[in-house]
Amino acid sequence: MKKVFIAITLFVLAVTAAAIFLMPNQQDQNKVDKLREKYSTKTKSSVDHSKFETLKKDFNTPQEVTAACNTCHTDRHTEVMNSSHWNWERQEYVKGRGIISIGKKNAINNFCIGVEGNEQSCAKCHIGFGMTDKTFTFTDQNNVDCLVCHDNTETYAKGNEMSGYPDPKLHLSNIAQHVGKPKRTNCGVCHFFGGGGNNVKHGDLEKSMFEPKKIVDVHMGTDGKNLQCVDCHTAEKHNILGKVYSLSSMNRDRSTCEQCHTESPHKSSVLNEHNVKVACQTCHIPVYAKVNSTKMEWDWSTAGKLKDGKPYEEDDADGNHTYLSIKGSFKWGKNLKPEYVWFNGNAQHYLLGDTISDTTKPLVLNKLLGSYNDRDSKIIPVKIHRAKQPYDPVNKMLIQPKLFASKTGEGALWKDFDWQRASEVGMKDVDLPFSGQIAFIRTEMYWPINHMVSQKDSTLKCIDCHTRTDSRIANLKDFYMPGRDYNKIVDYTGTGIILVTFLGIAIHGTLRFRSSKKRNIKK
Amino acid sequence: MSKNVLIYKSFERFWHWMQALLIFFLAATGFEIHGTYTFFGFENAVTYHNIAAYGFMILIVFAVFWHFTTGEWRQYIPTLEHIRAQLNYYLFGIFKNAHHPTKKTVLSKLNPLQKLTYFGLKMLVIPIMVISGLLYMFYRYPQNQGVESINIDSLEIVGVLHTAGAIMLVAFLITHLYLITTGETPTSNLKAMLTGYEELEGEEETAVENSETLNSKI
Repeated sequence: MKKVFIAITLFVLAVTAAAIFLMPNQQDQNKVDKLREKYSTKTKSSVDHSKFETLKKDFNTPQEVTAACNTCHTDRHTEVMNSSHWNWERQEYVKGRGIISIGKKNAINNFCIGVEGNEQSCAKCHIGFGMTDKTFTFTDQNNVDCLVCHDNTETYAKGNEMSGYPDPKLHLSNIAQHVGKPKRTNCGVCHFFGGGGNNVKHGDLEKSMFEPKKIVDVHMGTDGKNLQCVDCHTAEKHNILGKVYSLSSMNRDRSTCEQCHTESPHKSSVLNEHNVKVACQTCHIPVYAKVNSTKMEWDWSTAGKLKDGKPYEEDDADGNHTYLSIKGSFKWGKNLKPEYVWFNGNAQHYLLGDTISDTTKPLVLNKLLGSYNDRDSKIIPVKIHRAKQPYDPVNKMLIQPKLFASKTGEGALWKDFDWQRASEVGMKDVDLPFSGQIAFIRTEMYWPINHMVSQKDSTLKCIDCHTRTDSRIANLKDFYMPGRDYNKIVDYTGTGIILVTFLGIAIHGTLRFRSSKKRNIKK
Repeated sequence: MSKNVLIYKSFERFWHWMQALLIFFLAATGFEIHGTYTFFGFENAVTYHNIAAYGFMILIVFAVFWHFTTGEWRQYIPTLEHIRAQLNYYLFGIFKNAHHPTKKTVLSKLNPLQKLTYFGLKMLVIPIMVISGLLYMFYRYPQNQGVESINIDSLEIVGVLHTAGAIMLVAFLITHLYLITTGETPTSNLKAMLTGYEELEGEEETAVENSETLNSKI
């Protein structure tokens, strides 16, 4: 018996040692605690702009405000003028194309399609003044709009269809005296309303994020740490981290979860290992569009219908437009499960003038690159916006129509409701050929979901992916995942072997039982 | 002429039952991870499976040590001798109340079919399970710094081998449970594995003799 005791003791000791070895490291918890501490103290501005004489005068034009800013913040305007927010384009290397300039000027989307020809309206979200058309010069430093980002009064607003000029009724002097670090409102006025309405584009960035609760976004929750956009999207010389892949192509200047949370934020090493192939967002953003709907489908082909010669709109119960004569039909979604793709930080875009090689399949306007075998790829959540938009079936090119004009007769679709004319004028504006024929092609745009991070207890569970039925990543078939995948031959043969074993035992056992009974009778 | 002989020593019994328990538990958690059913919940199943796997490997280390220090490993050297007779017994003789064709002694307590099966388990199935299991635990994707030599690009081979081995073990377990009942009496094998003692025919002298031979061999 002594030996048994020794053996059991040793075994128990060994198992305990292994368990301690595998136990979570308590230090890891401190990482989040340290972050919580760091962001609990809000920084206060070291200067009071309302005390500066230069800002107390009456400004006649917004350019005068910019000039006033520049008297102290000398040369800051050059930083802004080097940024994408100003240029609306960036130099990037794209495989197969070389170094190209890509941005709102030449990329096509499947919302309002493109900026070219429609600047006067689109420039409401340009951080400059006076971008009326493509002749806008990007060299006048006084046209930099400092206030749109730095206004802390929450009153500054650019006017509709005013080429980026502010609403003339604004009290510019008061605003100029109350400037500071950008807040969610500064970023949100443009980034929440891209595509012509709240949450049209992103799905995870919308007006509820001005004052969200933790349940909507654990970082920005006003009942939590109340982070501002710029706490994560940090900037060096006005070059702000973070990419929107509707326009960006290269894996650089990205704002990541890891920059605060490190690559091994979990207690469990199994979970930390997932970070090699799975982006944080995949598990931590189980649903998006939590508060308001986001646009999921846009059918341009139905645009232009009129009632009594007048454009009209139809709305759903939540007040979302389902039809607009100027834009066509829409489908919206709320509380959505993202779709999932491999992504290595690089994307390829359809650019103005590109030939469409296959018009039978949906054309992906911003293809996110990546695969399981690519070492830089991770699984990320995305919103896929699907649309039907005009293209020229002869030249096999997407059409950039003229959409906006302030009056009828200029060929703008939104005034004249004539696709033919709008396409002609639009394509001429961008110096591209137009055959005169218009057809509609299905297109897709991929929007990585990065915000609306859920609280710890509502993250995805293992079983949401590691399951044979309804796995979140059932569409990513280029790798073997335990719980989801199995080898058919092994599983079917194995089941067969086990069934045959049971059957054999049943037969053998029955025969034995019978023969022993016989013998007992004989006896 | 039969005598109650200690046929399974205390460590051997401890090892056997511990192994039985662990294999059963590993199979229960493992097939949940495989997606066959849901019971513990995937996350728990993974945690339990890993802990049990460590237990199993530690047990293996002890068992290997015991087998070599006692010389008991010789029990498992497979032989083709009498294998036909043993097969005939299970297929035909057993129904006619025939005698076991091979005599169970302390020196040779396994019949030829057992020797072959257990040898296969110990030399093939268990090593496959341990190696593929360790790879499952410690593989690193190439881009993660770790032990470079166990970098793998795909879990597929590891996963499929581990599953195939598990199925073999389950099939073995089922058959093994049934064959317990085929001893001299339906319960004599089970009793022997629980108490260590079994009534063996003409064992008195040979038992002593055999243990001496064993000792002299070590």
